[in-house]
Amino acid sequence: MTNQPLVEIKNLKKYFPASQNQVVRAVDGVSFTIRRGETLGLVGESGCGKTTVGRSILRLVEPTSGEIRFDEQDLMKLGRGEMRALRRRMQIIFQDPYSSLDPRMKVGSIIAEPLEIHSVGNRKERKDRVAELLRVVGLDPDYANRYPHQFSGGQRQRIGIARALALNPDFIVADEPVSALDVSVQAQVVNLMQDLQERFGLTYLFISHGLAVVKHISTRVGVMYLGKLVELAPAEEIYTNPLHPYTQALLAAIPVPDPDAKREAPQRLGGDVPNPIAPPAGCRFHTRCPFATERCGREEPEFKEVSPGHFVACFLHE
Amino acid sequence: MNRLGKVGLVIIVVFFIVAIFAPLLAPYDPREQMPLKSNLSTEERLKPTREHPFGQDDLGRDVLSRVMYGARISMRVGVSVVLISAVIGTMIGAASGYYGGWVDRFLSGFLFNVFLPFPSILLAIAMVAFLGPSLNNLILALSVIGWVGYARLMRGQALKVREFDFVTAARALGASDVRIIVLHILPNAIQPMIVQASLGMAGAVLAEASLSFLGLGVPPPAPSWGAMLNDARSFLRVAPQLLIFPGLAVMLTVMAFNFVGDGLREWLDPKQKRQ
Repeated sequence: MTNQPLVEIKNLKKYFPASQNQVVRAVDGVSFTIRRGETLGLVGESGCGKTTVGRSILRLVEPTSGEIRFDEQDLMKLGRGEMRALRRRMQIIFQDPYSSLDPRMKVGSIIAEPLEIHSVGNRKERKDRVAELLRVVGLDPDYANRYPHQFSGGQRQRIGIARALALNPDFIVADEPVSALDVSVQAQVVNLMQDLQERFGLTYLFISHGLAVVKHISTRVGVMYLGKLVELAPAEEIYTNPLHPYTQALLAAIPVPDPDAKREAPQRLGGDVPNPIAPPAGCRFHTRCPFATERCGREEPEFKEVSPGHFVACFLHE
Repeated sequence: MNRLGKVGLVIIVVFFIVAIFAPLLAPYDPREQMPLKSNLSTEERLKPTREHPFGQDDLGRDVLSRVMYGARISMRVGVSVVLISAVIGTMIGAASGYYGGWVDRFLSGFLFNVFLPFPSILLAIAMVAFLGPSLNNLILALSVIGWVGYARLMRGQALKVREFDFVTAARALGASDVRIIVLHILPNAIQPMIVQASLGMAGAVLAEASLSFLGLGVPPPAPSWGAMLNDARSFLRVAPQLLIFPGLAVMLTVMAFNFVGDGLREWLDPKQKRQ
C-alpha cells in the first residue's frame, strides 16, 4: 500500500456538442482524488455532471481535457490494449437495474461475461466462480440459470454487483446504485456494498443525487453543481459543518422521519438549475444563492482548502 | 399468433414441403412434353383431365407438376434473397447504428440514399437485363435492392439498444465492439428483423414472378410461376386454368408470408396486441 491516491483527477472537462455549435459544459474543471480503500461520495442534482465524471474515469466517455490517473498511470495516454487490461481493475454499477442486465442472457452468462472477455479460467472454473459470486452478493447460486426479468430490482442490482466483482477490481464507480430501488431495499444494497468493501478492500466512487444516501457509506463527500465541485470534505464535516450554501440547501432537503420534529426554517432553493450551455458568469450558484452579492456575479470563487481536508468554492469562506 | 398468421404458417409449410419433395410428389417431369390429341379443339386438348388435374399447357406439359416445381424456384429465390439481403443489411445497419459518427454518416447518409430512391423493381430489371437472365442473377439483383430495408431497420434497432446500460457495462468490462454487436445488440434487435424477413419473403416471391413474367427471370424451360403466367396469356380465353393455377400459387404464397409477418409483428409486440 502506498500513500498515493488510487484515483486522481485534475481539471477534468467534458463538453458535449449541442445544437448550433454550442456546447453543454457537463463537467467544467473538476479535480479530486480518491484514496485507496475509501468511499468518495459525489452528490448533486441531475444534470450537474456527476455521472459524466464517473464515466470519464472509466473512459466510457472521452473527456474533452484534463488528467485522470489511476494507480499513478495516466489513463488519457494509455493505448487500447493497455486500457483494456486496466479495465479488470475498475468497474461500474449502474442506476437502472432494468437496463443494466441484458434481457436475452441468463444471469450465469451475465456474471461470467467479464471472465470470458478476459479469458479467465475454463468453462468449469467460470461456472464455479459465478456460483461463488452469487453467494457473495447474497443470492442463490441456482439463480444462474434464470433470466433477469425473473428478479426484483434489488436482486437485479445484486446481480450487477456480482458482475462488477467478477474480476476482483480495486475500484468501483457506483452510479446512483440505489436511486431506483425501494427505500427498504436501498439500505440492504448499501450494507452489502459496505461489507464487500471491507472484505475485498474496494475503493468506491459513490454517486448519488441526495446527501442522505451517501451519508452512511462515504468517507468523504464532494458536492457538484453545474459541472463544478463546490465543496469537498470528510463525510462528518459535510453533515455537521456544511460551508457552501448549496450544500446547506441539499442537507435541508433531507426529510426527517419524525412528523413532530421542529426544523429551522428550511432554505428552499428557488428556481431551476441554469442552462449548462450558458452557465451564469461568476459563481455558478449565484442565481439561486440566498447570500449572493454583487461580487458573486462577477468573479468566480476559487476552490480552496479552508480547514484541513475541507475544500469549498465560496466567497463567504475566504 | 393470430388466426390469419396461423393459416399463413400452414400454407407456407405446405408450399415448402411441396418445394422440397417436388420430385416425389409431382406426377410427371415438369419438362416432359406429352402428346396432345390433335383431333380436338385447343380448348378440349388443354383442359383438366384425370391424368392431368390442372390440365396441360400448349406444349403438352403437365401444369400440376410445373406448379409444384415452380414452388422450388419461388422458395429458393425467396430464401436466398432474404438470407443474403438480411445478412448484409444487418451487418451494415448494425455498424451504422452502433458506431454512429462518420461511419453512420457514410453508411446511412450516403449508401442508403444511393439505393433507396430507385423504384426497386426497375433497378432489378435493369440489373438482370445487364447481367443476363438466370436464377443466380435474379437472386443477386433482388438482394442488391433488398438489403437497404434490413439495414435501415437494423440501424434503428442498434441506435436504440446501444443506449442501454448493459452495453455500457460490456464496454466497461473491455468487450470488443464485435462481441458487443453479436452478443448484445443483435439478440435484442432480432424480433423486428424476423418480421421484416417474413414480409421480405413475400416481396421476393412476387418480384421473382414479376421478372419471370417479363422474361427476365429464370430462362425457359424451367417451371417458374411468373413464366407460366406469361406463357398462359395467349390461351386466356380457351384455357384459363393455365393462368389460374400458377396465379393462385403466387397469390397464396405472398398472402401467407404477409399474414405470418403481420401475425409475428403482433405476437412479438405486446403493445399492439388486441384484446
